[in-house]
Amino acid sequence: MSLQRQDRPERHGRTAWKLGLVALAAFGFGWALVPLYDVMCSITGFADKANLTKASQIALHPDDKRVVTVEFLGDLPTVGSWDFHPVVHSMQVHPGRLYEAQFFAHNLTGHDTYGQAVPDIAPSKAAFYFHKTECFCFTPQHFTNGEERAMPVRFIVDPALPSYVDRITLAYTFYDTQAPSAKR
Amino acid sequence: MANSAHTAHAGHDDHHGAPKSFWQRWVVTTNHKDIGTLYLIFAGIMFFVGGAMAMVIRLELFQPGLQFVDPQFFNSMTTVHALVMIFGGMMPAWVGLANWMIPLQIGAPDMALPRMNNYSFWIMPFAFILLLSTLFTGSGAPAGGWTLYPPLVLQGGDSFPMAIFAIHMMGASSIMGAINVLVTIMNMRAPGMTLLRMPLFCWTWLITAYLLILVMPVLAGAVTMLLTDHFFGTSFFSASGGGDPVMFQHIFWFFGHPEVYVLILPSFGVVSEILPTFSRKRLFGYESMVYASAAIGFLSVIVWAHHMFTTGMPLAGQLFFMLTTMLIAVPTGVKVFNWSATMWKGSLSFEPPMLFAISFLFLFTIGGFSGLMLAIAPADFQYQDTYFVVAHFHYVLVPGALFAIIGAVYYWLPKWSGHMYNMTAAKWHFWLSTIFVNVLFFPQHFLGLAGMPRRIPDYSTQFADWNMVSSIGGFGFGLAQLMFPVIIWNCVKGGAKATDHVWEGTHGLEWEVPSPAPYHTWESAPSEALIAAGSPTGH
Repeated sequence: MSLQRQDRPERHGRTAWKLGLVALAAFGFGWALVPLYDVMCSITGFADKANLTKASQIALHPDDKRVVTVEFLGDLPTVGSWDFHPVVHSMQVHPGRLYEAQFFAHNLTGHDTYGQAVPDIAPSKAAFYFHKTECFCFTPQHFTNGEERAMPVRFIVDPALPSYVDRITLAYTFYDTQAPSAKR
Repeated sequence: MANSAHTAHAGHDDHHGAPKSFWQRWVVTTNHKDIGTLYLIFAGIMFFVGGAMAMVIRLELFQPGLQFVDPQFFNSMTTVHALVMIFGGMMPAWVGLANWMIPLQIGAPDMALPRMNNYSFWIMPFAFILLLSTLFTGSGAPAGGWTLYPPLVLQGGDSFPMAIFAIHMMGASSIMGAINVLVTIMNMRAPGMTLLRMPLFCWTWLITAYLLILVMPVLAGAVTMLLTDHFFGTSFFSASGGGDPVMFQHIFWFFGHPEVYVLILPSFGVVSEILPTFSRKRLFGYESMVYASAAIGFLSVIVWAHHMFTTGMPLAGQLFFMLTTMLIAVPTGVKVFNWSATMWKGSLSFEPPMLFAISFLFLFTIGGFSGLMLAIAPADFQYQDTYFVVAHFHYVLVPGALFAIIGAVYYWLPKWSGHMYNMTAAKWHFWLSTIFVNVLFFPQHFLGLAGMPRRIPDYSTQFADWNMVSSIGGFGFGLAQLMFPVIIWNCVKGGAKATDHVWEGTHGLEWEVPSPAPYHTWESAPSEALIAAGSPTGH
């Protein structure tokens, strides 16, 4: 009872190649998750990197009746190679007015290097309403061996900030980056 | 027809014979049965390698304090134990069973792509030599956890790129194995073997293979990004360059969650074969089993972030991942109901495969329940990274997937070897395993709820008692498994002759070939009447 079997290898090869393409597409999808992740972040405003690192110039009407507390945090990914902390730990600000805060850094790595600050804002919803016009986090900061200095960040809190937010925390993590050209 | 005993069966024979030389039979072979055997032997070795690492872990945790190994080596043990068990034990065991059984069950003479089948097996030993050789590098084996989270994993020294390349190789092997299974099932079913006449082991493997080709490449991408971050100055996961380490967790778990279903779906298939046989009934609700398996496969790719509730997530995200995760309980509940209903009013007998299948049913369900607890986002904040999680995933993977693998071997071993094995010894193996696996893992629920963190070599003295109990269970379970290769070896060497049907209540084409299964089977396709009679529904 030799039935007509479908054992035609060329047919198997075609199916296998199609499935191989599916696997290849899945590989591509894995990489596509990188930009998709950024898109998701900017839609939800959650850890919105674009909003955190870019300067914004918005004409605003100050709201002097309202006071918001802005707290500052300085953090290091590892201990020992830097001293890094805010000069003042918190400020009372009026939405719509420009303020400047300072962060102090001291290079203890024993060589010339670059520091890159990465900001984070809590609560995350406030990231939409916290505008930096100038920030030491926009570019890698060059430090010679043993150099210490204070670096400025200028910011405006948007008057549209939801009324239930009365306290914003701006935290920087200060990374040691040997060669800024290799990084984006 | 060289073998006169088999002349009654058309289309199966040894007349080409198995190749005589060792090289041809076990190295360059393209025969699905030989490759299946190779996969199973490899998986067995890896189970004992990974098991030895688990023994080191339980030995160190027997008492509080640091007694036997230093913390770095302990962390290597937890990391490599997981990688070896998942990629070296479970997955090759399932691919080996697929190789052996799928062609037999669908009436095909071999796998569709026999040469690639050989390649995909032989990648595995090299991948694991590479992975295990990291134990002897100056930096030690990877110790950052099998989840490979950056930035910790990047500090692994020499072991880091070696482990990544090993994972690339395992991934390539899995994808090739999955494509082979898919092409075989899609193209090589015997005429009349419609999709809804396929045994559930083939169905669950079909869904598993789709999951594999969808998610293994994503893992390959993620670990490649780790490599470029470390060696080529990219910043996918480096915050200082604008990347985000949390993104790695998203990509990893997009692979990692479907991966656990890759390990468990074939178990569902095996249990759905064993329970009807020893209940002497047809499987209850065959079609709903198929749809439930497909539903679980689909849901598995949209729930990944429940592994990451504590990373910080918008409320909408937490709700979405919590509710979709809980939704998985619905098709799983359908399956557990159908298995129970299959046994309901059946003429049960308790041979070793049935014992392991029933144990699977009870203990996997316990693991499912603790999974539901973990799915509750607010509760997960307490359970995250505690021994409760360890207890949960070991319940679904050891008395879950591993018991299904052992049950499958006890179920089909007489068909492979032509001999019955020692039933008494196998029942001892079952009872020791089932008792000790509970002694081993059940107390870990208590430890986790009390706050003991996972992946830590030392612990507060309040956890001492249950850890000692758990370690005793671990040693008992480990020792009991030594019976398994002995029973298999004795069965292959000799024993009572197995009949073609082996068990009383069997259905399916694999039982229509002689025992032991000849080197070539179904060279001419089975008749449609035979296919219909052997199908899970009986028509």
